Amino acid sequence: MKFLAARRRSPIVASALLIGALAVVGGGYAALGAVQPAEATIAVGAETQVEKGKQLYLEGCSSCHGLEAQGTKNGPTLIGVGAAAVHFQVATGRMPLAAPGAQAPAKENIYSDADIAAMSAYVASLAPGPAIPTAEQIDYADADVAFGGELFRINCAQCHQAAGQGGALTQGKYAPSLMEATPQEIYEAMLTGPQNMPVFSDAQLPTEDKQAIIAYIRGLDNAPSMGGLNLGRFGPVTEGVFLALAIFAALIAAAVWIGIKSR
Amino acid sequence: MTDMSPHQGSSAGHENAPARLGYSPVADIAHKPRATDTDPKAARRAERQVATMFLLSMLFVVLFVVAYIGIDKTTVVYIPVLGEVGASNVALGFTMGMAILLIGTGAIQWAKKLMPDVEVVQQRHDMASPKRAALEAEANYERGKEESGFARFRIIRRTLIGAMVLFPIPLVVMLRDLWTPTEFTEGKSPAELLSTTMWTPGMRIISDGTYQGAHSEIDSGGEMAGDVEAAEDSIAFRPIRPEDLPVGGLIAAIPQELPEVEHEEGNLNARGKAAIILVRMEPQDIRSQQGDGWDYQGILAYSKICTHVGCPIALYEQRTHHLLCPCHQSTFDLADSGNVVFGPAARRMPQLPIGVDEEGYLVAMSDFAEPIGPSFWERG
Repeated sequence: MKFLAARRRSPIVASALLIGALAVVGGGYAALGAVQPAEATIAVGAETQVEKGKQLYLEGCSSCHGLEAQGTKNGPTLIGVGAAAVHFQVATGRMPLAAPGAQAPAKENIYSDADIAAMSAYVASLAPGPAIPTAEQIDYADADVAFGGELFRINCAQCHQAAGQGGALTQGKYAPSLMEATPQEIYEAMLTGPQNMPVFSDAQLPTEDKQAIIAYIRGLDNAPSMGGLNLGRFGPVTEGVFLALAIFAALIAAAVWIGIKSR
Repeated sequence: MTDMSPHQGSSAGHENAPARLGYSPVADIAHKPRATDTDPKAARRAERQVATMFLLSMLFVVLFVVAYIGIDKTTVVYIPVLGEVGASNVALGFTMGMAILLIGTGAIQWAKKLMPDVEVVQQRHDMASPKRAALEAEANYERGKEESGFARFRIIRRTLIGAMVLFPIPLVVMLRDLWTPTEFTEGKSPAELLSTTMWTPGMRIISDGTYQGAHSEIDSGGEMAGDVEAAEDSIAFRPIRPEDLPVGGLIAAIPQELPEVEHEEGNLNARGKAAIILVRMEPQDIRSQQGDGWDYQGILAYSKICTHVGCPIALYEQRTHHLLCPCHQSTFDLADSGNVVFGPAARRMPQLPIGVDEEGYLVAMSDFAEPIGPSFWERG
């Protein structure tokens, strides 16, 4: 204690205390912010799926999307977005949102499959919208991967990058990497256009086209890197950074070794 | 020139002190002999090290040849840090890299440990030429001027200057032939070609990629000519109905006649000018357009070619209605006449007026009203 007492008037104490306090508040906020409305399950009894979904909606979603899903200034209306949109947003953890921001990031999903199905049923009951794709629709076993690649490069690569690694949009928004996405999520994203992604309807890209795109994305995910270290498959930018940092550092080290006088 | 003799080293305070091999010519730096200079064992060890590096280099060359012959180029192996990688490329790169690196490290080790260890002083001289040489050059110039009579023969001087000035003109005239008329240019000037595209009133808009898909199908699938045509008919030309495009949707599209122009006539330039994107937004979200009623029920058609340096762009944010070019971040607001909201582009994105034909498919109402793509000379 003597040590502390002797130094409590030191000029760095104020700064240290301030930094410490900021770290506690910031870290605590981040930790608490990640905690979701954890126990969203409720006693259901004999309620129908739609009623259960409405209950879950009121607890988890209505603060932003409105009590009647009509939308507020904090969130868009959910009338007509369909079950597919609800499943995509909730199953990938994008909704409920942890904090307002440029983009809703994917995070751990806190709802059970039954809860998501209930909420999807509730939102679908408000107005017709895209339904959750069936297992048959997302079965890409017989899809034409090469055709999928062409469709991907024409319709998807501009934002998600040619190898599906994602990329930056404007003002903090970004197109996420597709490597973690399941076939169902990919299908639903095309169908519903989450956040700033355009909608690719079944009239425009029929089911077999979507299956081909899914097959291509899964193929990218499973493709080995034939040329060695792929550096995230981002192409010349990461390769240039790698050269500038790692290789130049190695060259400088070699130059230092050459220059050191031998003993 | 420079004097790099280790024996003749001299500097300010040591004019007449000749440096001896193995001794510093600069008095205040003590020369320390290396272990390899004093200990024969250390010298032999260094010799072995160098020889080992050269030997290893030979070994890696042999391994390179073995890998080149022995490893199938499609073999995949898991290597920590690198992940799943092609065995052949990694083996070839590693062995060849090591072979070269070991020759280099061996040579440097040899120089550092075994070659003579002496301090050397390099003498420098003034950058300027000696006074005598400068005077001589000046005198030569004056004599040349006098003897040639450059100052005296006025008409010769002036005609020579005229000839030199006109000489580069052929180079400038030849610039014109960087552009050559071909069978596709139809006698149009470059400016006309850049100002127009193949869109004509009533030409249907088809979805890009459907055609390419048909093409790959033809390559891989069709066995008989009949199959090829059937495949082409079924998916090749997919025209677009307004109801195919939901609000928030995006379609990369091309003119209906492009596949023919592109693949039968072999004109690959047409796509670069005629490619468009179709987007749909709520009609009340459209703040302005480049012409009255150029949309169709909220469906807007814009050129896909960035007006900055011509990158194809379809990076569309459906909520902000912004179209972003990934090359230099030019951003266009498609809800507001395609005006530039950010970035280096100097011109708005040209809009294509669209409507529907009697069968209900989307068609162009005319060509673009302004040239698409980057600026060019005649456009100012």
